[in-house]
Amino acid sequence: MIEWLKRMLGPQTSSSTAKERLRLVLMTDHLALAPEIIENMKRDLVDVISRYVEVDREKVEIDFEREDRALAMMASIPIIAVNRPTGGGGSHDEKPAKPEAAPPAASATPSTASPSVNAATEPPKRRRRKKQPSSKPATAH
Amino acid sequence: MSGRRIVITSGKGGVGKTTTTANLGAALAKRGARVILVDADIGLRNLDLVLGLEKRIVFDVVEVAEGRCQLRQALIKDKRFESLSILPAAQTRDKDAITEQQFAAIVEQAAEQADYVLIDCPAGIEAGFRNAIAGASEAIVVTTPEVSAIRDADRVVGKLNDKKIPIRLIVNRLRPAMVKSGDMLSVDDVCEILSVELLGIVPDDEEIIDTTNRGEPIVLDESAKLRTIYEKIARRMEGEVVPFTNFDSQGLFGRLFGALKAG
Ligand SMILES: Nc1ncnc2c1ncn2[C@@H]1O[C@H](COP(=O)(O)OP(=O)(O)O)[C@@H](O)[C@H]1O
Ligand SMILES: [Mg+2]
Repeated sequence: MIEWLKRMLGPQTSSSTAKERLRLVLMTDHLALAPEIIENMKRDLVDVISRYVEVDREKVEIDFEREDRALAMMASIPIIAVNRPTGGGGSHDEKPAKPEAAPPAASATPSTASPSVNAATEPPKRRRRKKQPSSKPATAH
Repeated sequence: MSGRRIVITSGKGGVGKTTTTANLGAALAKRGARVILVDADIGLRNLDLVLGLEKRIVFDVVEVAEGRCQLRQALIKDKRFESLSILPAAQTRDKDAITEQQFAAIVEQAAEQADYVLIDCPAGIEAGFRNAIAGASEAIVVTTPEVSAIRDADRVVGKLNDKKIPIRLIVNRLRPAMVKSGDMLSVDDVCEILSVELLGIVPDDEEIIDTTNRGEPIVLDESAKLRTIYEKIARRMEGEVVPFTNFDSQGLFGRLFGALKAG
């Protein structure tokens, strides 16, 4: 009785540690084995962010880091220009946020402004290598 | 109609591929199926030894590939069964002594005269592995409940998925007491991590070593505890729904009530 209570509340068993470690290492293995997934994700990510700010596509970097209990994706997406907010009403602007002109010389420090998107991945439930369509060139439309 | 061609593979060595091939083959043959076992571990011939047929080898799979003998001349019949034979690996040749195409052709030819062709795959994911899966239409992945074996099994699962070969899993060398105390991954954990359908659970048992020493399939030993385990797996392979008894406990509930099961 005391024994299992201790186990329930006490430190992790070695089998749950094993499960946790395996889950992480396999996610890392799968990503390493599927570079096209990363390329596609990068493209989609940049497409979404480009709707709001102008980013430097060439300098986008994506990394994966193992954290304590999760795999984290770190995306460094240099922003070249931010549109001046239009109107104070907070109404959502639907038009594509392509800046009309190249950014003025004043904002000539693009790659220093690199906010990191840090997304910890959820454990995938039924992931399997559904073959991704072969990666297309990362062109914006 | 041509028989099923099933590769038994694992990635990591020493997890029980050869033991599984021998004992499942024997279990299927005992049920009346025509079975041919192919040893694909070129250079490290073992299947003949595990089944106690090592003294009767004349030709091997590489000699069949090279056309130096007919398939039927190389097949060694296991006289303890109605219809079980093995095609031995070459012991003194390299893995590249045979090509994928040659291997697939031999497996196909074997399947014309058998209900089951079980292919005992070498460890690794290189040429030997590619040969062994070349002629297969199904796969059984064998793993033990250990991190390194599972990681390697996952690589193999990925490769088989790429080839669209359907997979089922055997968890070998399970120690229920350790699972119960939280010191070994449970079968549910392993299946969840690998997302593969379960075919069987084989406990870690000295009976394996004892019967292997004597070159005797477990299913012929009426007193062996593991006999029914392999028989159940064979029935599942034949399409029967055989429930898994409550063997490994899982999660809080399992740990509290820790029922023992086998299957
Ligand atoms: N369920 C088991 N219980 C105990 N020992 C086992 C079990 N399965 C395999 N073994 C032993 O493990 C060793 C490796 O098995 P083997 O079938 O040769 O592995 P592989 O073909 O994958 O290299 C052998 O000594 C075998 O007797
Ligand atoms: Mg072997």
